[in-house]
Amino acid sequence: MSRLLGILGRVEGLPVGVVLALLYVAFMIFAPTVFTSYRIYMSFFQTVPPMLVLAIGLTFVITAGEIDLSFPAVVALSGFVFTWCFETFGVAWPGVLLALAAGALVGWVNGFLVAMLRVPSIMVTLAAQFFWYGVTILAAGGLQIDIASVLSSPVHGIFVGRLFEVFPVQALWSLGLVVLFWFILNRHRFGQAIMFIGDNAEVARVMGIGVETTRIRLFTLNGALAAFAGLILTLELNVFYPTQGQGMLLPVMAAVFIGGTSIAGGQGALVGTFFGMYIIGSLEAGVVATGIGGYWVQLVEGLVMAASVILNIVIGDSGLSALSSTARRWAVGRR
Amino acid sequence: MAESNPARTALRVVDVDKYFGSVCALKKVNFEVGRNEIVGLLGDNGAGKSTLVKILTGVFPPTSGEIYIADKKVDTSSYTVKSAHALGIETVYQDKSLGEKQSLWRNFFIGRELTYPLGFLKVREQKRIANEIMVNTIGFRGRGISVESRASKLSGGERQGVAIGRAMHFEKDLIILDEPTVALSLKEVRRVLEFVHKIKEGGKACIYISHNIVDVYEIADRFVVIDRGEIVAGIDRGKISLKELDEFLLEYSHGLRDRAGS
Repeated sequence: MSRLLGILGRVEGLPVGVVLALLYVAFMIFAPTVFTSYRIYMSFFQTVPPMLVLAIGLTFVITAGEIDLSFPAVVALSGFVFTWCFETFGVAWPGVLLALAAGALVGWVNGFLVAMLRVPSIMVTLAAQFFWYGVTILAAGGLQIDIASVLSSPVHGIFVGRLFEVFPVQALWSLGLVVLFWFILNRHRFGQAIMFIGDNAEVARVMGIGVETTRIRLFTLNGALAAFAGLILTLELNVFYPTQGQGMLLPVMAAVFIGGTSIAGGQGALVGTFFGMYIIGSLEAGVVATGIGGYWVQLVEGLVMAASVILNIVIGDSGLSALSSTARRWAVGRR
Repeated sequence: MAESNPARTALRVVDVDKYFGSVCALKKVNFEVGRNEIVGLLGDNGAGKSTLVKILTGVFPPTSGEIYIADKKVDTSSYTVKSAHALGIETVYQDKSLGEKQSLWRNFFIGRELTYPLGFLKVREQKRIANEIMVNTIGFRGRGISVESRASKLSGGERQGVAIGRAMHFEKDLIILDEPTVALSLKEVRRVLEFVHKIKEGGKACIYISHNIVDVYEIADRFVVIDRGEIVAGIDRGKISLKELDEFLLEYSHGLRDRAGS
């Protein structure tokens, strides 16, 4: 028992995972017809992945002690670049690469302004958010673009196809990215540099970390990730619309904080972000399915968010390990 | 170890001037540290200690003058913090040596990670070595602190110990301690002084900057006094008592002693 708790104390994102599990149990009790069928989960696997990809990038940015408000605009821009390329040249792969490059470019500009000109990231990315939405709307003439023909392209199958006709592949892509970026954050030189910079940039500097280069890379990476999110969103819907991505900022940010990433920087919890994003992504459908009515959705969302964040602070990290050592003392009976 | 190093001095500074605009911060500073010597750098606030340290560690270049590291001349125009590290000089700052929220094994290897080809960390090996340094080099035992502990769990003295142990592990020939005992309790100060002894035992050199004369007197082989941008005295430990050193410094801080008198 004590060993179990000891292990649990070290599991990243566990409190949030418990909240997610409890949430699904509650939904299964109060909306059994919907939540005991696999369909609702397939629908989550279809809607959550773009936001999850965004949340991965934002976790990195917040860990570094910065913020990025511009990613919704990148979702729109990358969707436009891809659809434009696909419409104009009839090929999908170059569109994918161009869209990712566009996102990376937006991120690089953000990073350059933050790192080199020392403009606070909240201002840089707020301005970028308006600017790149503006660029996208201008370029698209304010119109949505239908790309139904993309359905027959292999790109569609690879990024947003259905495994066994039901399982959305994008869920695997986003999960794969969570795993990859967990290793980059926790087991790679780059991730470690990000944590130290978020912790104390001066310490990072005197220990020989290239603080400016790392910041530029970080924002570039976040731009590319946001572009990938825009890509799977556009491909899934087979349509680009110039306001896509709007309304994603706050849910994605909420997921990162629910997940236990510190707003003060210095530590990031990608597993928590993963659970947090599925909590946020499941709430609306879940609350509606229980039949208590649409007006309750936001209230319940607010409650669950508050509960998760509080849970993280109370039993997360040192809290849970303290609990486990107390339990060990009880179990072993020493002192 | 140091025996294989033929250099006579760890560091030598010749006629260094530093001007900020028209303000003279350092004037014709000559200074050296033997390769297994602990030098106490003393001086009042604003005397030029930190300016000198920043020049030595490559934060900014001197206006004129020469710097020799291990008897080799350094090109001061291209000398940076990174090149200071590469040449074996490391500074341990009071408050910016460790990432507070990071585990000790990360703090030991930050900036000098052991990695696999793609830049992924050799976590197990880093932890093993960090543990070795903690137990053998700096002598942390028990106390519920492991390589997994976050730096914020350590006391101020222990943090200095980690930073000193880290510098020693990476074979730094000269470790500069910038006011390492400010804001520490007496017990913690003792610990830091023990760590400094380990630098000496390890055959390395150290510049110990402080305005607490008692600490410096206990561990330094030689005292260098800096006042208003000039080195005014270099005294071997054996040639002065703590009381005499104290009185000597007081005269400077009261402006009683004329500089020509030294």
